[in-house]
Amino acid sequence: MTVQRAALPMRVSNNQQAMLLLLKLRTFIALFAVIIFFSIAAPNFLDLGTIIIMAKHVALNGLLAIGMTFVIITEGIDLSVGSIVGLTGMCAGWLILNGVPVGFGYEVYFNLWEIIAIVLCVGILVGAVNGILITRLNVAPFIATLGTLYVARGLALLSSGGQTFPNLNGSSAFGTSWFPMLGEGRFLGIPVVVWMLIVVGLVSSYIALRTPLGRYIYAVGGNERAAALSGVRVNAIKMFVYMFSGFCAAIVGIVIASQLVAAQPATGESFELNAIAAAVLGGTSLSGGRGSIGGAIVGAFVIGILSDGLVMMGVSEFWQIIIKGAVIIAAVVVDQAQQRLQAHISLQREAALAR
Amino acid sequence: MSGDPHRILLSIRGGTKVYPGTRALDNVDFDVREGAVNVLVGENGAGKSTLMKVIAGVEQLTAGEIVMDGRPVSFASTSDAAAHGIGIIFQELNLFPNMTVADNIFITREKARFGIDIDARDQNKAASELLRRLEHDISPDALVGDLRIGEQQIVEIAKALAQDVRILIMDEPTSALSASEVEILFRVIADLKARGVAIVYISHRLEELVRIGDYVTVLRDGRITGSRAMDGVDVPWIVRNMIGAASKDYARATDHAIGREVFRAEDVCLKSRRGGFAVDHVSLTLHAGEILGIYGLMGAGRSEFFECVMAQHPSATGSFFIDGKPMRERNVSGRIARGIALIPEDRKTEGLIQILPIRENMTLSSLKKFVSGFHLSLKRERKGVADFVRDLTIKIASAENAVSSLSGGNQQKVVIGKALMTNPKILLMDEPSRGIDIGAKAEVFRVMRRLAAEGLGILFVTSDLEEVLSLSDRILVMSNGRITGEFSSAEATQDAVVAAAAVGHAPEPATLEA
Repeated sequence: MTVQRAALPMRVSNNQQAMLLLLKLRTFIALFAVIIFFSIAAPNFLDLGTIIIMAKHVALNGLLAIGMTFVIITEGIDLSVGSIVGLTGMCAGWLILNGVPVGFGYEVYFNLWEIIAIVLCVGILVGAVNGILITRLNVAPFIATLGTLYVARGLALLSSGGQTFPNLNGSSAFGTSWFPMLGEGRFLGIPVVVWMLIVVGLVSSYIALRTPLGRYIYAVGGNERAAALSGVRVNAIKMFVYMFSGFCAAIVGIVIASQLVAAQPATGESFELNAIAAAVLGGTSLSGGRGSIGGAIVGAFVIGILSDGLVMMGVSEFWQIIIKGAVIIAAVVVDQAQQRLQAHISLQREAALAR
Repeated sequence: MSGDPHRILLSIRGGTKVYPGTRALDNVDFDVREGAVNVLVGENGAGKSTLMKVIAGVEQLTAGEIVMDGRPVSFASTSDAAAHGIGIIFQELNLFPNMTVADNIFITREKARFGIDIDARDQNKAASELLRRLEHDISPDALVGDLRIGEQQIVEIAKALAQDVRILIMDEPTSALSASEVEILFRVIADLKARGVAIVYISHRLEELVRIGDYVTVLRDGRITGSRAMDGVDVPWIVRNMIGAASKDYARATDHAIGREVFRAEDVCLKSRRGGFAVDHVSLTLHAGEILGIYGLMGAGRSEFFECVMAQHPSATGSFFIDGKPMRERNVSGRIARGIALIPEDRKTEGLIQILPIRENMTLSSLKKFVSGFHLSLKRERKGVADFVRDLTIKIASAENAVSSLSGGNQQKVVIGKALMTNPKILLMDEPSRGIDIGAKAEVFRVMRRLAAEGLGILFVTSDLEEVLSLSDRILVMSNGRITGEFSSAEATQDAVVAAAAVGHAPEPATLEA
């Protein structure tokens, strides 16, 4: 047995500090890297038109990633968001085209505000089903939301017998004529959907950082038992995150139906995976307790710009998939390195104090 | 051979182990003798477990050397130690509940044909033989998760026996066993001794140690305070060495009046999963300014009682009263709002959220104080935290660092701070001094005293005899879920308290097993 000196706490070096800052900003660095790379490699990349198209793509995934981030912070997962997108799109299409039959051959048609409210409620409802399965029936989040993934997709297909609801131009008589505006409209030159991302993102960030609700979401993911013993109503928090994720997915469902002016039951397949990828890329930890809304949005931008940029460069779709996967794995590896360094630095600081 | 009949098999010289913030072992000399039971005894946090882990290769010494058979050795891992014939039975069972008894016994040493195909029949036969030696007819095919805790303990022992060990470390092997199972274990120990196996035996049950030990070593605060052959050793000698002549720095009771009743529990019952009651018709009252100590061995139902108070067991019956008014809230936040705060036994898994900053941990139970409407004022929160950090003299570099970076004592103070921020009337403290060093302990005790003087009612649980005797205004003793003794601080003696804590440790009636 060799005799060692007790390790004395060292001062935290400036190198380590700089390294940590670099690692913390890695998602931004990645974002700038892809932007710079594509503005050199892909012609027209910095055209206003291109940027707006990309922003619209990114916004959809960004909205899903926001809901997903809250879920993942509580150490859960929501696989059902893609199906909720499909189901809510079909709901919107159905309500615009067919209204709701009330018997005797009459249908009630709703105006667009009412339709939006109903469709958002559908998304929240599916989220609530997820939440009840997870909190009351103790189903693992992965399995519970896998189940609702299938059920919601099945319902979407059933609603039209697998057909598309076409020509959702609405009618001015029912106050639905501005439905296509949701997807195509602009405000101050910026697409409405991007405004939605900004609003939802700001509200969510505020919830995460400046409300007890946000604090509780992190606490539940960090240590559920300790949170419960501290008086956090764990089940209510979990219900909230799944319902919020359903809400975000419903927004995306409506917007896509509006963009296409049609509702197609297969819409949103595998969207959940992109949302998870964006959240993880933004520094959200699948083991819970860690993540940020801003990070998830930046993550969504990295993924979105990466795939659109590669398309513009003419890279084959197959290569795109491989590159996307590699980037996600790299992000998690770097994240681990950051965690280790951060723990090391704060331990050193506290140890220095204990002397 | 000298006059000493037992050869020294392994010895530690100048063993020192340093963790961030604490010195768990300080220049320890310890001998393990062949064919004998080497007893290791000390209070919680005295360093027994660390010493044991060093021998078993779980931890490595910071300084000092281990000598085995006259040659210096170093164990880098448990498998390294196992290769030297050292086996260990951990206090927390290290079994796989989803696997069979035989699989557990032969884990990593599977009996396999050509190294790949597990010979289940052979394993089962060997497992049955081992279990028969332990006088248990547990089926080798049974899943470990389906066994009682006592039976799991037996499987753990069988696992160690299967290794043909030269040194077997047993950490509180009897804590989960019934009296008849303890007798069986003692017979097995005698058998192992006869075969020349060296046994390192750790237990809190002092009578047990005097009965089966051959050599005894007492640890206190990481140092050896007594080491000798067991002849002539009695319980008072052990206690004297465990506690020491110079008593720890317990803040003495200040003269303050005990006030009116603040908390009352009536007839609290909680059914145990194993049948019988984990908490068995417990009733107690607590007064303002009073420190009420609950003493008992592990598994006496003390923590479970606290969990009942904290609404963790919906199936629990009985009623609670605060200031004479019934407490009917079904959830933790409701009960916190009524003025109850819990400091849980296990800081790591129940008290703190390790990855969150110190600030967020401290305010978790009392965020409402810093909210206007739904907006959380970080400025007010930071100030609130800073006040408590100063008040409790928590040593931190920054309240934004993760709480996991703190030493045990400072983490405990963060938990206490979290509880105090809810402005409680009643503080429940489960083993408040567990796993923290002596300086931090003294500070925690001073804080408890001060809070009591300010009029808080404090209910605290401990398995540390000295602590309960010197800190409490009144002492309750629990055993097997029941209250088996009540003493005022004036009339309590060590013997009386220990005797009350052992009540009911006879074989359980068979009807309870159903």
